[in-house]
Amino acid sequence: MSTVSRKTTNFKFPKSLTGIQGLDDITTGGLPKNRPTLLLGNTGCGKTIMAMEFLVNGITMYNEPGVFIAFEEKTDELVVNVKSLGYDLEKHIADKKLHMEYVQISRDEFVDTGKYDIEGLFVRLAHAISKVKAKRVVLDSLDTLFYSLDYQILRSEFKRLFSWLKEKKVTVIITGEIGDTFLTRHGLEEYVADCVIVLDNRVANQITTRRLRVIKYRGSIHGNNEYPFIIDKNGIAVFPIISEALQPKTSSEKISSGIPPLDEMLNKKGFYVGSSILISGTAGTGKTSVAASFVSNVCRQKQRCLFCAFEEAPNQVMRNMRSIGISLEPFVKSGHLQFYYSRPTLQNLELHFIAIKKIIAETKPSVVVLDPITNLMTEGPNSDIRSMLTRFVDYLKTEHITVMFTAAITVGSIARNPSDEGISSMVDTWIMVQDVELDDERNRSLYIMKSRGMPHSKEVREFVISSKGITLIPFAKGKNEISGSSKAAGRSRNLSPSKDSSTE
Amino acid sequence: MTIPKKIPKKTKVRVDAVDSSGGKYVLRLFVTGILPNSVRAISNIQAICEQHLNNRYELEVIDIYQQPSLALAEGIIAVPVLVKKFPLPEARLIGDLSNTEKVLRGLGLID
Repeated sequence: MSTVSRKTTNFKFPKSLTGIQGLDDITTGGLPKNRPTLLLGNTGCGKTIMAMEFLVNGITMYNEPGVFIAFEEKTDELVVNVKSLGYDLEKHIADKKLHMEYVQISRDEFVDTGKYDIEGLFVRLAHAISKVKAKRVVLDSLDTLFYSLDYQILRSEFKRLFSWLKEKKVTVIITGEIGDTFLTRHGLEEYVADCVIVLDNRVANQITTRRLRVIKYRGSIHGNNEYPFIIDKNGIAVFPIISEALQPKTSSEKISSGIPPLDEMLNKKGFYVGSSILISGTAGTGKTSVAASFVSNVCRQKQRCLFCAFEEAPNQVMRNMRSIGISLEPFVKSGHLQFYYSRPTLQNLELHFIAIKKIIAETKPSVVVLDPITNLMTEGPNSDIRSMLTRFVDYLKTEHITVMFTAAITVGSIARNPSDEGISSMVDTWIMVQDVELDDERNRSLYIMKSRGMPHSKEVREFVISSKGITLIPFAKGKNEISGSSKAAGRSRNLSPSKDSSTE
Repeated sequence: MTIPKKIPKKTKVRVDAVDSSGGKYVLRLFVTGILPNSVRAISNIQAICEQHLNNRYELEVIDIYQQPSLALAEGIIAVPVLVKKFPLPEARLIGDLSNTEKVLRGLGLID
């Protein structure tokens, strides 16, 4: 909204914040205040939940009591249904902040004997609004009235209802079914034209994604795209990445990788805070181990970490890391380390990002690890993933969060791997771990492919994982008797990469 | 929508159903103040009751403007509405009750 002041007028369109993460960004401040908004969608796309969240947030965040008129579900059922989302409606009702009413109309119950109107609904609404001094009202959904009452009468009555609601100075959400030929099945949009939001539930590659789109917002700018959203135990979150990400804060602060010799190679300090780091390598080269060393070091500094595991379950990661002397459990217990574990195939990539973004907003970690990013790559077309990853990295940068990805690549395809190519342009530091066969032994090697904005070593180091953790030692050229752990003796020499360093 | 205001030619009013139980018709008419539909509904039901039910009815007219909580309790949306409480089953007749045939059928007074 800061752009408003630069223009000739200072008029701010009055809006009512929904408190739904992301939706207020798309609508630049919420729904039109004291006006009706139409929330459309097919069965099961989350209309009722979104409307309910609008009311509950109104009560808990903005001290605006609300009225929920349910035409489809009985109120006691509704209370139970949304309990799993963490809404304690009974408490709000007891506190006189929420009034819920079930309106039932069924055709077989009555005979039509002449002219009538729906003044009964007006009376009940007025009574409910004054009872809790409501500022927000949800009508879910008016469509059901069409199944029992006369079409012509309803059309003129709805016109009257919406102007009456405006006079009442309440912000209203009206839910409705989406129509085949018109926007809504019964032409509701003719009366409620201030703001129209459409929800959608689509299945692609056996993965369901919920999406939200603002079709119309009279008197205000709004995001035009379709934005994915999720409904989880904490309610609803929409994932808009709007232009805010264009100017990320840059930092010259450094954060240690947790592996001193690696810091050494990175201009003796480590990564930049808020930068993105890619660890790529063939299977079994120790990518997760590098990430775990980084994480445990960050946690030791009493900073928070979020470890997103897409391959191994948290317990498995912790067990495996214990075997190389990295103990993560204490950090989980102290709350410095949090795991996000999900199967990539469980949901769409963007939904993973929404979920991760929610955790980030709650716990404010300084480091996020995605292990491995390549598993996410299996979902959806590559260009989508790249743009999504870019948006996600942009978001992390604006939040000043250092992010580390690991990526598995197949042997011999380092330069050709398309997914790597896609990521590499957006990462600041790219570290490669590989298997090298030296005489009769396979050894791990590590080198820095690039590191923006710092002189870094061009050296290929041997990468040793032992029960004491990770260390890097220079390959002793041409000396075949030195291999594996027997090289521990040579660890102290030639650690300084000064004569090999260069700036990218 | 216009409702033809026709009076049925053959009106055979059933009285046995009520008399056998010895009860009266218990009717409640929900109206909204003196809005035209409400005023018409009141005069229509009074005329019908006088003509077909003599003294065998109790009619209560409820103005939901005055008693909004009763609108909730009875689940009223469309107004005016006549609720037949007795004899069972309960029945609802919405509208201004100008279609006498439909009203009589709705009250179970004709088949």
